[in-house]
Amino acid sequence: MRDDPGRPGAHRERGLSVPLPYYVSPEQMMKDKAEYARKGISRGRSIVTLEIRDGILLVAENPSTLLHKISEIYDRIAFAGVGKYNEFENLRIAGIRHADIKGYSYSRGDVTAKALANAYSQALGNIFTQDIKPFEVEVLVAEVAEGNGSRNEIYHILYDGTIEDERNYAAMGGQADEIRRFLKDHYRDALPLDEALQLGVRSLTVTQNKTLSERDLEVAVLDRTKERRKFRRIPPEALSQLLGTPR
Amino acid sequence: MNDERWQHLFRDYGTSSFSELLRRDSPHLFPTPAATRPPVEHPAPPEAVPHGTTVLALRYRDGVIMAGDRQATAGYQVASRRIEKIFKADDLSGVGIAGAAGPAMEMAKLFQTELEHYEKVEGDNLSLDGKANKLGQMIRMNLQAAMMGLAVVPIFAGFDEKVGVGRLFKYDITGGRYEEKDYDAQGSGSKDARDSLKKLWKRDMGRDEALRVTLEALIDAADEDVGTGGPDLVRGIFPSVKTITRSGFGEVADDEVKRVCETILADRARTGNGG
Repeated sequence: MRDDPGRPGAHRERGLSVPLPYYVSPEQMMKDKAEYARKGISRGRSIVTLEIRDGILLVAENPSTLLHKISEIYDRIAFAGVGKYNEFENLRIAGIRHADIKGYSYSRGDVTAKALANAYSQALGNIFTQDIKPFEVEVLVAEVAEGNGSRNEIYHILYDGTIEDERNYAAMGGQADEIRRFLKDHYRDALPLDEALQLGVRSLTVTQNKTLSERDLEVAVLDRTKERRKFRRIPPEALSQLLGTPR
Repeated sequence: MNDERWQHLFRDYGTSSFSELLRRDSPHLFPTPAATRPPVEHPAPPEAVPHGTTVLALRYRDGVIMAGDRQATAGYQVASRRIEKIFKADDLSGVGIAGAAGPAMEMAKLFQTELEHYEKVEGDNLSLDGKANKLGQMIRMNLQAAMMGLAVVPIFAGFDEKVGVGRLFKYDITGGRYEEKDYDAQGSGSKDARDSLKKLWKRDMGRDEALRVTLEALIDAADEDVGTGGPDLVRGIFPSVKTITRSGFGEVADDEVKRVCETILADRARTGNGG
């Protein structure tokens, strides 16, 4: 630490003048930050989301059974994050707080994915422009429709606060582009859970020469047929059954 | 980064409690704690505020049954005939509210959110003791209002997954928490309900028998206590009865409650008992 030349004030103590900060154009700075964030995200494993017959399916490649990438936010809303764990975990908890306070002060029906996605977009946008280090995350907010003509909503928010609403399927993480291409060709409307799950798992391995077993997966659904809280995790035992792999 | 800063981060991140969060971020929504509530010179007489009357909980073979009558009473008036007093707290527990209905329902709502919030943030459920303790703290915050006649005294019951049995807790207005072994009742008709349970409750009752005992006790309470509502055959209003077992929080359908109530009343009319 004593000989660290990077320590603030180190130059002055050695009798050197304080170096002027280099001028970096805002354009360059944003480009650097974006590249930095993208690099971090591309190292992570991917997540896919599919609209299915009875709701929305979320499939993540995640060998850990304890550290989740997919989680419940509110009655009809789920969250998924890729990238740096501590960063999206922070965003996840902020989301739960936002939703619970809103639901408590108004009513449960007033908590929407749209408001939450906007809040995430604001937060990530601010961090990207104001902090030295941007968040290396992408998050996804999904809300399952109540039925009767209303539509599922899937929002995908990038590291710089860019927000997109997706139809039918969404992918994020390292191989997102390849997965999207694969799903574009293979996605079908109103798939039952088991077929959708098999499709999701196949899409996750599209760039890799390996198969994913139920131990490498974290899977959850927003199940429209459930009462009030629609979020449901699918445990490994049920997964292997749905995937049709002998145990 | 100095110690204070990262410790601050830790503290900020570390709370899984919704009520803590609410007090910090939205204090205007938080039920005013006793200490900061301005003293009221002329408190409203308790008669002006609806009060919930009788709730009870008892253990049976599969877990616990919670039940309550449907009436809220303000002084000598019926304030509501259809109030619901048993609330699902989470999948494995419930709260029965007695006392001032407004603050009690607010407390039940905050308690539900508290449990759900914890579950989502931590990815795990609170222990049954943890839940019971949290509810005690909430009641304690209501102490000053309780002194002015707006007491909230719930019953809390749930299924303890670790031990595999149903358990129930009663409270006093200071937040004191007492675990009851077999059964308890709370509210204006509680003494009569307890007397009834004392004679009828047996160890290891099956569901049907436990349901009958529950409704006998509520009918007795309605019989003796003017504030408690009995089964209302004209309007079709019946006590609400919930079961909490290993498989979750369940509701006993109105039809079934009605049938058992009618059987009890018919038996009493036939034998002249229960008069």
